[in-house]
Amino acid sequence: MPQANTIAVAMSGGVDSSTVAAMLRAEGHSVIGLTMQLWNQRRLAGRPGMPESVQGRCCSLDDVYDARRVAETIGIPYYVVNHEDRFERDVVRPFVQEYLSGRTPIPCSLCNNHLKFDQLLTVARQIGADKVATGHYARVEFEEESGRWLLKRPTDRAKDQTYFLFGLTQEQLSRTLLPLGGMTKPEVRELARGYGLALAEKPDSQEICFVPGGDYKNFLDAYLEEKGESLPDTAGELVTTTGEVIGEHSGIHKFTVGQRKGLGVATGSPLYVIQLKGDARQIVVGSQDELYSRTLRAHRVNLISLDDLRQPMRVSVKIRHKHQPAAATIEKISEDEILATFDEPQRAVTPGQAAVFYDGDIVVGGGWIT
Amino acid sequence: MRRIYFDNNATTPVLPEVLEAMQRYYAEYFGNASSIHHHGQETRAAVERARESVAALLDCRASEIVFTSGGTEADNLGIFGLVQPGDHVISSTVEHHAVLNSCKHLESLGCGVTYVPVDGRGVVDPDDVRRAIRPATKLITIMMANNETGVLQSVQEIAKVAAEADVYFHTDAVQAAGKVPISVREIGCDLLSISAHKMHGPQGVGALYARKGTKLRPMLYGGSHERSRRAGTENVPGIVGLGKAAEIAKQALTRGDAREIAAMRQRIEDTILAEVEATGVNGAGAPRVPNTTNIYFDYIEGEALVIALDLKGMAVSTGAACSSGAIEPSHVLTAMGMPAERARASLRFSLGKQNTADEVDFALSLIPQSVARLRELSPVYNGVHA
Repeated sequence: MPQANTIAVAMSGGVDSSTVAAMLRAEGHSVIGLTMQLWNQRRLAGRPGMPESVQGRCCSLDDVYDARRVAETIGIPYYVVNHEDRFERDVVRPFVQEYLSGRTPIPCSLCNNHLKFDQLLTVARQIGADKVATGHYARVEFEEESGRWLLKRPTDRAKDQTYFLFGLTQEQLSRTLLPLGGMTKPEVRELARGYGLALAEKPDSQEICFVPGGDYKNFLDAYLEEKGESLPDTAGELVTTTGEVIGEHSGIHKFTVGQRKGLGVATGSPLYVIQLKGDARQIVVGSQDELYSRTLRAHRVNLISLDDLRQPMRVSVKIRHKHQPAAATIEKISEDEILATFDEPQRAVTPGQAAVFYDGDIVVGGGWIT
Repeated sequence: MRRIYFDNNATTPVLPEVLEAMQRYYAEYFGNASSIHHHGQETRAAVERARESVAALLDCRASEIVFTSGGTEADNLGIFGLVQPGDHVISSTVEHHAVLNSCKHLESLGCGVTYVPVDGRGVVDPDDVRRAIRPATKLITIMMANNETGVLQSVQEIAKVAAEADVYFHTDAVQAAGKVPISVREIGCDLLSISAHKMHGPQGVGALYARKGTKLRPMLYGGSHERSRRAGTENVPGIVGLGKAAEIAKQALTRGDAREIAAMRQRIEDTILAEVEATGVNGAGAPRVPNTTNIYFDYIEGEALVIALDLKGMAVSTGAACSSGAIEPSHVLTAMGMPAERARASLRFSLGKQNTADEVDFALSLIPQSVARLRELSPVYNGVHA
């Protein structure tokens, strides 16, 4: 059997990455299965607001067991690599800090940038694999004319994960395989059944992997307590868009832009969180109308289809994972900052989230909303 | 693919003679050693012969040997069989988890535990042990040989300290048995644990030496097996295997076979240190068992090197595997004062009877190129050597 280059598959113990491993193996590639141990789910177990027994989606022993069984079934070498230190430094810490600063973070993008497509790729290359394959729903293609690696939206639009992958560099993309980009989730499950994988019916994971139960506020409390750090006091005033103080709030990290419930003030018309002012510890509230913005600024920009944004460009911009991309014009306003001007104002532009720019199916690039 | 196994401190292959001795005790001689009939008498005799072989290896009486399910159970029996809430225990920072986590549990039961430190070589100072003794001290438990570095502790001196204070002394000798001569009389310990599978016997069987007169409370309640110190029908094939392995180990120690293994270990250390820059031996300068070497390769992740070598057919290890199979930084190396990066950059090579000079050649051809590949792709290494 002809052996292509060795490929490392990032295996989470879920259906998607397991199917990727089985597909590549069936195609005759030399495949190595790797699972990243990123977070010890037992660390915060039993602390206030944290579950006593751990049902975490990621890095749980059940998931490692599932991944190991798949590797054994399809006959590939399999290893678990420990990146807990790096994950805490590059994902968990910034996640906590963002909330405390009045922003709403996306840890999955940080994990992709710093762990899956950086640390794991390094380990893969060190052990003799040239490429890393993952179970993400997105496509990677090389474009001859521009000489650039492109990231494109997948066939299964409902599973599109390009929003979380906008930070990939050309070097990373050149070593990345995303074999599920042209398939739908039902097709993937069908393939998994065909390969005899016992986990073909395993449910999809949704929540943030290191936040059991999905309650990030309890997580912040428990994490800081475990580190022997006290939760900084982020309580402050509720103010209107005209600067009038109308009440108090118990902590800025408990709120997110667009939120309506839990403000604790009764007024005639519904109030929404419009802005979190981290330094002043103020929460700005206002009407539904005031939630809409015509522009946004994004910094720490990564461009994929272009090496530079030399002139304004018509794109669609996605401002959160579940957002329907909206038509806008983007232009560079400083070396590392882009201004997007929407055709129609967009609801709840949230600092800390990513703005990802699309030209049709092609990811032009993205940045972090300021 | 050619595969070589240099991870004999994790486990060892069962020797053919040991396997042969065991095989008859599954179907042919199957009796329960407690039965009074012919079948029971056959297996009882086999168990007692094995007990004599183990006693001969450790230089004690047969009646002082308690068979267990392995080294971990032997450690647990030695510790929990003696210590009660309110007692004080002295251990060290470099113990195996079988002892370390037993001590942690003792703390949760209301016992005081002092973990004496080690020096940069990994050696406990017996004077530190002496200074840690309190009126409530019941037990000192300090290992004979370390599983990660092979470093030997001054157990004889520690036993003297214990005897002077009239305190029990237990030593986990799992990594020493079969590698260096052991005489419980010369050491002067009260309790000593061994495991069969670390000396070419089967997995799932071990033994605790308990000096005559040591009152151990049982941990399992049941029949009066093992003089009421360990209930449960004896694992006869396992015990027979342990006995045979002990017998062979004693002969080998008498013949001085360890010299060959020590020579192979020396060649591994000399070659790697000469051919690969930024390397060194952890525990160098301390007395060590002859089969183990623990070497740091700065600027790499030991975990990646273990995987890279495994994919090329060579089995070695680093640190201790956690439940998922991922590797945690070694508590032993960090206790020796090593920075976390160097601890994570360290690999353990542990040799066994079956290893050959030819295998050492193969290993020494693989290691430098594998380390070079890792360093070439290491951001840290390139940062330093840019």
